[in-house]
Amino acid sequence: MRKTVGRVRERGIELGLFLAALTSVAVTVGIVGVLLYESLGFFRQVSLGAFLTDTQWTPLFSDAHYGILPLVSGTLVTTVVALLVAVPLGTITAVYLSEYAPLPVRETVKPILELLSAVPTVVFGYFALLFVTPLLQRLWPDLPGFNMLSAGLVIGIMIMPYVSSVSEDAMRAVPMLMREGSYAMGASRLQTAVRVVVPSALSGIAAAYVLAVSRAIGETMVVAIAAGMQPTLTANPLEPAATLTAYIVQVSLGDLPHGSLGYQSIFAAGLVLLIMTLTFNIAGHMLRKRFQHAF
Amino acid sequence: MPSRFPSDRPYGRALRKRLDILVAGAGLLAMLASIATLLILLAGLAMDGGPHLSWKFFTSYPSRFPDAAGILPAWVGTMLVMVVTAVTAVPLGIAAAVYLEEYAPRHWVTDLIEINMANLAGVPSIIYGLMALGLLVYQLHLGQSILTAGLTLALLILPIVVMATREALRTVPQSIREAAGALGATKWQTVWDHVLPAATGGILTGLILALSRAIGESAPLMTIGALSFIAFLPHEPWQTDFPFVSFEWLLDPFTVMPIQMFNWVSRPQEAFHRIAAAAGLLLMVMTLAMNGLAIYIRARYRKHIQW
Repeated sequence: MRKTVGRVRERGIELGLFLAALTSVAVTVGIVGVLLYESLGFFRQVSLGAFLTDTQWTPLFSDAHYGILPLVSGTLVTTVVALLVAVPLGTITAVYLSEYAPLPVRETVKPILELLSAVPTVVFGYFALLFVTPLLQRLWPDLPGFNMLSAGLVIGIMIMPYVSSVSEDAMRAVPMLMREGSYAMGASRLQTAVRVVVPSALSGIAAAYVLAVSRAIGETMVVAIAAGMQPTLTANPLEPAATLTAYIVQVSLGDLPHGSLGYQSIFAAGLVLLIMTLTFNIAGHMLRKRFQHAF
Repeated sequence: MPSRFPSDRPYGRALRKRLDILVAGAGLLAMLASIATLLILLAGLAMDGGPHLSWKFFTSYPSRFPDAAGILPAWVGTMLVMVVTAVTAVPLGIAAAVYLEEYAPRHWVTDLIEINMANLAGVPSIIYGLMALGLLVYQLHLGQSILTAGLTLALLILPIVVMATREALRTVPQSIREAAGALGATKWQTVWDHVLPAATGGILTGLILALSRAIGESAPLMTIGALSFIAFLPHEPWQTDFPFVSFEWLLDPFTVMPIQMFNWVSRPQEAFHRIAAAAGLLLMVMTLAMNGLAIYIRARYRKHIQW
């Protein structure tokens, strides 16, 4: 009798734990479901053709246009600027930490770099608007107060630790034997790093870049504070522009009635954002899997 | 065959050595540049915001006048939202991790959960806000409340909690489980009495880092409609009559520190930028303190437990 009670209890606990694990699936279903449902309402009134080809995004004006391109271009420009900072800085830091730095340096620096990615994003936004932009305005006096350059630069600094940490892990996973073989042939550290370690860790390093892209695309507060909120179709980082995320914030600040087209438009923007980041996430996971099986 | 890499050409030892030093220097410089940014950021916040930190700042409501503006509703809101987040995310995350690490059979449902968890970790936080707006605010009618905010952040940090807990469970040696099993403990008794206590250090580290991330989040809370100007406090969680605790505050509107800071940064007047810096300084101190605590716990448990 007691044994059966115990067994029922054990099964109950297991079921409870399983349900807890299943919440993550429920969250995904919730995210995809809400975005699709609300976007569907949006696309019932706005044709997909206009959404993808119109060059203006003015859902809140009386002369409403619903072309997503200006938001996508703003997102891409800030992302490219961010990558131009994060990829070189992150990669060279990773090479240094994995191939050159003595152990104590590596052990101290890694947590400090992690701190950089733990800084609240709103603080980074403050930094971009009130520190980096004035600095840049000394170089370009006619740089507008809101611009994509300073937002992108700061996002780059923010995602740099992701690049350096994931690439360093990939480089550390390269077996010591391969380095020793290279040194035995008379190669210098640089030759070993460039010809042996980096090529062997390439898929891991690529995964780091791809994950960084996905973070830069989804970053919200820095662009909402420092890049301005006007959707403009431009590739010039010196101009102000809105990103997908900044638009969502902008609309949320106002008081849009539930169910209106403006309300639904933030879900359409969110859907585009989700598709973009998901593509990069999946690519990143595939690359990471490849480097894990390499050795 | 001529080599494509300059460093492969038969330079003398001296030159290769010099190149090596050059690259090491560049690496060191890149690393120092990012650390310097962190220091500049902190110094800037301290210089601009430091003088504004006073007892009055903590105990005043926001105001149209920068000198009178305070952060009271924001830090009260942050604390209450964090309570909801922790109460939801901690048990849920640990339970999910225990299932995946200790119970789950290897089959497609487990694979699905794992792939899904990894993808969720990469979903931008503002998407969680949209989900919460559509689902919690308008379908479940929880309103633009502390409860909605806490649940949103809990779901947001769930993947981090699960991954950190799994990592910690994995470091517990198999022999502990086998020893408990050999003495007749059931699966759950093994987990609850032996595996979880042994993994406490790692789990705690992960939880603190996840909560420190949640404290700094603002984007998902803005989408659900957190107010940026609020001149009252939520209902008190305790009352004089039976049953002495009240949960009315759960459904109250709120603001949190990062949103208050965003509101101040977005104003044109410079005086508001200085109190924004004060709020930022507070946020940074909290983040740094939590990260420091996490590093300390990690180091302490690593030293104390020797398998």
